Amino acid sequence: MGVLVALYAILIFPGLAFLSTFGLVAEYVDRKLYARFQNRMGPPWFQPFADFVKLLGKETIIPAEANATVFKVLPAVAMAAVVTAMFYIPVWDNRSLLGFEGDLIVVIYLLTIPTLTFFLAGWASTSLYAAMGAVRSLTQLFAYEVPLYMALLAPALLARTWSLQTMARWYTEHPAWMLANLLGFLVAIVALQGKLEKVPFDIPEAETEIVGGTFTEYSGRLLAVFRMAIDMEMVVGAALLAAVFLPFGLGLHPVLVFVLFLAKVLFLVALAALLRALFARLRIEQMVDFCWRILMPAALLQLLLTVVLSGVAP
Amino acid sequence: MANVTIPVGPQHPALKEPECFKVTLDGEKIVGVEIRLGYNHRGIEKACEERTIVQSQYILERVCGICSHSHSTCFLMAVEEAGKIEVPRRALWIRTLIGELERIHSHLLWLGVAGHELGFDTLLMYTWRDRELVMDLLALISGNRVNYNMNVLGGARRDITDAHRAEIRKALPVFRERTAYYARVAQEESTLIARLSGVGRLTKEEAIFYNANGPTARGSGVDRDTRRDDPYLAFPELEFEVVLDDHSDVYGRTLVRIGELMQTYDLIEQIIDGLPEGPIGPARAIRRVAAGEAVSRYEAPRGEDIHYVCTNGTDKVERVKVRAPTLGNLPAVVRMLEGGFLADVPIVVAAIDPCFSCTDRGIRVARSQGQDVWDADALRAYAIEFYRKRGLDLTRVKAPGR
Repeated sequence: MGVLVALYAILIFPGLAFLSTFGLVAEYVDRKLYARFQNRMGPPWFQPFADFVKLLGKETIIPAEANATVFKVLPAVAMAAVVTAMFYIPVWDNRSLLGFEGDLIVVIYLLTIPTLTFFLAGWASTSLYAAMGAVRSLTQLFAYEVPLYMALLAPALLARTWSLQTMARWYTEHPAWMLANLLGFLVAIVALQGKLEKVPFDIPEAETEIVGGTFTEYSGRLLAVFRMAIDMEMVVGAALLAAVFLPFGLGLHPVLVFVLFLAKVLFLVALAALLRALFARLRIEQMVDFCWRILMPAALLQLLLTVVLSGVAP
Repeated sequence: MANVTIPVGPQHPALKEPECFKVTLDGEKIVGVEIRLGYNHRGIEKACEERTIVQSQYILERVCGICSHSHSTCFLMAVEEAGKIEVPRRALWIRTLIGELERIHSHLLWLGVAGHELGFDTLLMYTWRDRELVMDLLALISGNRVNYNMNVLGGARRDITDAHRAEIRKALPVFRERTAYYARVAQEESTLIARLSGVGRLTKEEAIFYNANGPTARGSGVDRDTRRDDPYLAFPELEFEVVLDDHSDVYGRTLVRIGELMQTYDLIEQIIDGLPEGPIGPARAIRRVAAGEAVSRYEAPRGEDIHYVCTNGTDKVERVKVRAPTLGNLPAVVRMLEGGFLADVPIVVAAIDPCFSCTDRGIRVARSQGQDVWDADALRAYAIEFYRKRGLDLTRVKAPGR
């Protein structure tokens, strides 16, 4: 791959430019649907973009007590990790940009990094609310991460590969086997709410309890980058779920596959908005309890099912 | 992690008014709470002493933005009792009607706020949408959405016309349907129940001991409602049930408020059906009030409102004392928070339906020669001794900041 092509991939498609635009679109869809579920008008289509630009223009304040370097670098780290994860997910056909055997694990790892930066950001802020948020996001990480991994590994086990594109190829050949992962899909959707820190799992940034949580001390450009990284994480998380659990129509014309990809991601975003509108925020211990007592056995059941089925799978 | 103290307030997204709860935490568990009042003291009682009674009524209406009618009515009831002023029956019924409409809007508002504190914004959006209906009714009747100014000394300011009654009658089925829906949500929505039940526990004995009032007390099974126990306005002639619940937690308080909404719709129906004919106020506006003193009690949506008024025969009052329901409920909040989780602080505080600016008061220590100045400890010791003589042991009540 030439340098120019690589730069194009990193900066434009499917890298920064595409991801940030799609992230803003996804945020708009999320906010608009959430508003309509609540009987509200909702924002106009350019609102997420306007918010982003407005934040960019605001003053950036770094707490005197905080470690300035860490404080400034973390938003960029979060964003970089999310963008990198995107290179391993098939977008326009059943191949991804940098796929290799085992990239599923890499994507999962890269998607954990934003959560770690949230923790570090809260910790580095040296504010009480931010520290509470940081501890909560780490506690939450230990609760949703395992069920999420188990759920994601089940389809891979069935396809006998750790590579997202080999999986995509396998499911293109045997589309009906997609249905075997339905339970895991549900588990993953719920766990993704935890990863994206959205209701009912928005505990680390519970506004009425700990003000802004992890991001209490963040402002201006740094907050804008963090928020953009979260929007991108929403897209990449949904894209990962779409690639793993909804791998249909990948053999079509690349443009169609791309449109289908957008539709799948937006469908998952809409599903997340619905969950967000339906529930109240749980307490952290209720959340951990839920993840280990209900989500985890469900994920284990899916794994068991997969192991049994893989005996008869082609 | 060692114990940390997190200030919830005076500026905090969970609180709509400035007040400070210093919460000491062990991890997520609360080990100590300290409440600081006084960030929003406005000197209303003093302001009333310097103005005429007619002016004071408007000031007192602004004690609270939610139960504005409660405060103005409670004040006028005391003035009318002190000055032995007869109020026409129709005016009493109109005041009752506005008071009950106010209860609808207050309880729906509370339900929304509770939803928001739990991160359940959908509930907030729904209840506040439905609340617009009663706001429109109040605006139709009084011309105002918040401070209705429906009272004058010795009567009501505006009459209820047949058109008003028709509008209210039209709205009642909608209210009933929506409230029944919220009752169902409260009984079925699992995350909501998980966040409400067992939170902010206050046993019946504790509720009585800490002098909780209103829905906070009734949610702990304390059978206490001023509208029935000490009927005022039109309540002697109206029939309703006092809604009780023995969950003794935030869930119980929620159910009580939803149940009270249903009772309120019945009350409003009785009022618009049986509204007596006659004048709505005195022919000439009353200005001077005979000397006397009176205490009036009023069941505001948030709990029992108490006004003490001393008149001196002029057009001014000698002294007004306001005890808003929140002040009565605050000691119980400390008890409710202890042993709970940080995540529950907003909802537990919100569950008493607090109104801090109504409650806030300031103390100025005037030091002059030859006078003893008592500090908080001495005052506390005096108070404990005072109540012990009357057979009440208050040593269990913790002093603030200790």
